[in-house]
Amino acid sequence: MRNALKKFYIALIFLFLYAPIATLMVLSFNASKTRAKWGGFTFKWYVQLVHNDDILRALGNTLLIALLSSVIATVIGTIACIAMNTMKKRTRTIMMGITNIPMLNADIVTGISLMLLFISFGLRFGMGTILLSHITFNIPYVILSVMPRMKQLNPSVYEAALDLGAPPVTAFFKVVFPDLTPGILSGFLMAFTMSLDDFIITHFTKGAGVDTLSTKIYTEVRKGIKPEMYALSTIIFVAVLVLLLLVNAAPDKKEGKTRV
Amino acid sequence: MISRRKWLSAPYTLWSVVFILIPLCMIFYYGLTDKTGAFTLENITAIATAEHAKALRLSILLSLISTLICFLLAYPLAMILANMKVSQHSFIILIFILPMWMNFLLRTLAWQTLLEKSGVINSILTFLHLPNINIINTPYAIILGMVYNFLPFMVLPLYNALSKIDENVINAARDLGADNIHTFFRIILPLSVPGIISGISMVFVPALTTFVISSLLGGSKILLIGNVIDQEFTQASNWHLGSGLSIVLMIFIILNMIASAVFDKEGEGSML
Amino acid sequence: MSKELIHLNNISKSFDGQMVLDELNLTIHENEFVTLLGPSGCGKTTTLRILGGFATPDTGSVIFDGQDITNLPPNLRPLNTVFQKYALFTHMNIAENIAFGLKIKKKSKDYIADKIRYALKLVNLEGYENRMPDSLSGGQQQRIAIARAIVNEPRVLLLDEPLGALDLKLRQEMQYELIRMKNELGITFVYVTHDQEEALTMSDTIVVMNQGYIQQIGSPESIYNEPENAFVADFIGDSNIISATMIEDKLVSILGTRFACVDTGFGHNKPVDVVIRPEDVELVPPEEGILQGVVSHLIFKGVHYEMEVMAGGFEWLVHSTALHPVGEKVGIRVDPYNIQIMNKPESEDEEAVAIDI
Repeated sequence: MRNALKKFYIALIFLFLYAPIATLMVLSFNASKTRAKWGGFTFKWYVQLVHNDDILRALGNTLLIALLSSVIATVIGTIACIAMNTMKKRTRTIMMGITNIPMLNADIVTGISLMLLFISFGLRFGMGTILLSHITFNIPYVILSVMPRMKQLNPSVYEAALDLGAPPVTAFFKVVFPDLTPGILSGFLMAFTMSLDDFIITHFTKGAGVDTLSTKIYTEVRKGIKPEMYALSTIIFVAVLVLLLLVNAAPDKKEGKTRV
Repeated sequence: MISRRKWLSAPYTLWSVVFILIPLCMIFYYGLTDKTGAFTLENITAIATAEHAKALRLSILLSLISTLICFLLAYPLAMILANMKVSQHSFIILIFILPMWMNFLLRTLAWQTLLEKSGVINSILTFLHLPNINIINTPYAIILGMVYNFLPFMVLPLYNALSKIDENVINAARDLGADNIHTFFRIILPLSVPGIISGISMVFVPALTTFVISSLLGGSKILLIGNVIDQEFTQASNWHLGSGLSIVLMIFIILNMIASAVFDKEGEGSML
Repeated sequence: MSKELIHLNNISKSFDGQMVLDELNLTIHENEFVTLLGPSGCGKTTTLRILGGFATPDTGSVIFDGQDITNLPPNLRPLNTVFQKYALFTHMNIAENIAFGLKIKKKSKDYIADKIRYALKLVNLEGYENRMPDSLSGGQQQRIAIARAIVNEPRVLLLDEPLGALDLKLRQEMQYELIRMKNELGITFVYVTHDQEEALTMSDTIVVMNQGYIQQIGSPESIYNEPENAFVADFIGDSNIISATMIEDKLVSILGTRFACVDTGFGHNKPVDVVIRPEDVELVPPEEGILQGVVSHLIFKGVHYEMEVMAGGFEWLVHSTALHPVGEKVGIRVDPYNIQIMNKPESEDEEAVAIDI
């Protein structure tokens, strides 16, 4: 009885979380152009999507920004973790405090602070400014994923590699790096997801004429969302879902605690 | 080696100074000056004007309610999940992060479709002979949007904190005579405080400062403090006033940061 | 022996289809120090958890003082547990930790204060009331865990490998402390460990377990001197376990040589195992020995020399204070009462034998 109640509660919460997603998927097959009415089943939005250059360009921008910003953030963040690990406790606490600022700060404040910075430095708003902003808010996700792994590392492992004659750089990549990989990977995924889903910071740091999917949707809100957008979102979501299921079903389960 | 490793911190140190610290200083610079560059407190005191104060009050009210609802919904859920002893911690996190792969704006907009007069929810309610709900374009819809968007940020820290409690600590309490209620209030709840604090700040700050949820679900009439600041930057181009109001917002954010720092020294309530 | 207090009746328990306890029967007496001893996975901790109420047996019952408590939740049982890694409440100070059970029972403030003082004195940590658990060493945390349990005046204290996380020196100290506390409190201790030395030092009764079965129950002396099967002999201390044939009562053939012994009732020409403790093997000049052999290894162990002697095709482990260098020819002699005869395990691959009590 109690168990049934628990399952029912979990089911309700998931219904709440996933109902809008299901709605969007249904809308992507809706022949009627308004989302208020069901006009019959159709694939036409998926077909038209291929010819909608505006949306495809926004998609390209979004993916490019997400990929570049998460890769760069992962590199900078991982290097920072290695450096912070050898720092004195006080310096490290200060560094972690600064790292937490973009996490805890409101997106709107981060967004306008970066906007003011770019204005003051006279940077031209566009893909470049979006990329810099995304790297900035992505680094903390990487650091917060890698740092716990770093703390779990047994320092003797690195020393043992040195003792056995490995040069420092080899020792790092052969014995330390593999232990960090799960943290780095989850940090990267987290950063990629956050970049993809960001609207507010992009909203303040993009220039006129450049759009990501988020900002494009925001401008479309008033005149009505193009159904192609639902089709695209459905494709992305299903693709990610399938990918994750494949990864999770993979036989390699030795790292049971891989995060994210 | 150690000295060489120190140089590794250079890229990030430089990055955080240029893209985190200096931009924050810029907000203070703009917020504390007028268009001629002279020092002024007017941008800050502008919060006291009727229109701004009303927006701030409404923001605080709605974000407090949303945070409370998130907490009440998330705590039982996190407890159930933590007790399930799923071997894969990652799987639980995944189901809460997965919705983020559907664009945040679209997900929020979908609630319009669900909530509309003749929308899905009302059709179901009618079918069940229950009264319809008409909350679209009201503050209730904004609260719903906030709860919907930020619930995962409450669940994950709570889940993390709760699953870190040693089962034997709970067994020990039972062993010493505590019943379920005692065990919950004297042991489980106090030990999950880091997660609670982290969850509250992860929900309260974005809810307090949002302008997207209010403009998508609240119609155009309801202005939150986030909408006011957004308009100052994107429409009125009054960066000084926008910055001044942001400084006011940052007071709340800083209080939040202090609370997290005090209650969650070990980072136990972190999201990941 | 004093009054029977706890009775485990035909307890079986399995996890995920894996049998952990198989029809276990055990009686624990009042005021007894009972140790459940065995390798990891032998079912000793599960037995303790069933006693504490943290696990329910699949079949069988737990009788406490004549009352069936099998389905009683832990908070209503008159026993308290000291957990493996202490399980202190890290958000409470020491005094609050100790007072936890008493506050739930709504005892008066004065009573609680008295009890805290008494308990801290008992565990030698007076003046620690306001410290937080994290600021204490492992040994101190262990003492607090004991104090927290005993203030509730349980009739039985369950201890789950309480010394496992401590270093050797501290462990030995705590063994004496535990014996002292038990005598002062006059209650029953049920102690779980995989450390045979701990078991031999502290217990009144040792229950040797393996693979969910009880192998032997007895006093430390009887377990050590008269192991009932090869598993017990091997698990408790060092021993020479040799396949042999019981020719007749009081005569056994070991490695083809006849040895006098004191055991009777095994039948004629019956295959058996014999156990001879290394300190019971006497090395004598070759002509005086029953068996002749050559010393093949020698290690100095402090109190004695440990030697291996190749004799009759078997490597004998010998402890002796007299030195015999490697290569020396020696004779082996064993006093008849130092030869312990055991039945062979019923099947070759299963060393564990179910023993009916």
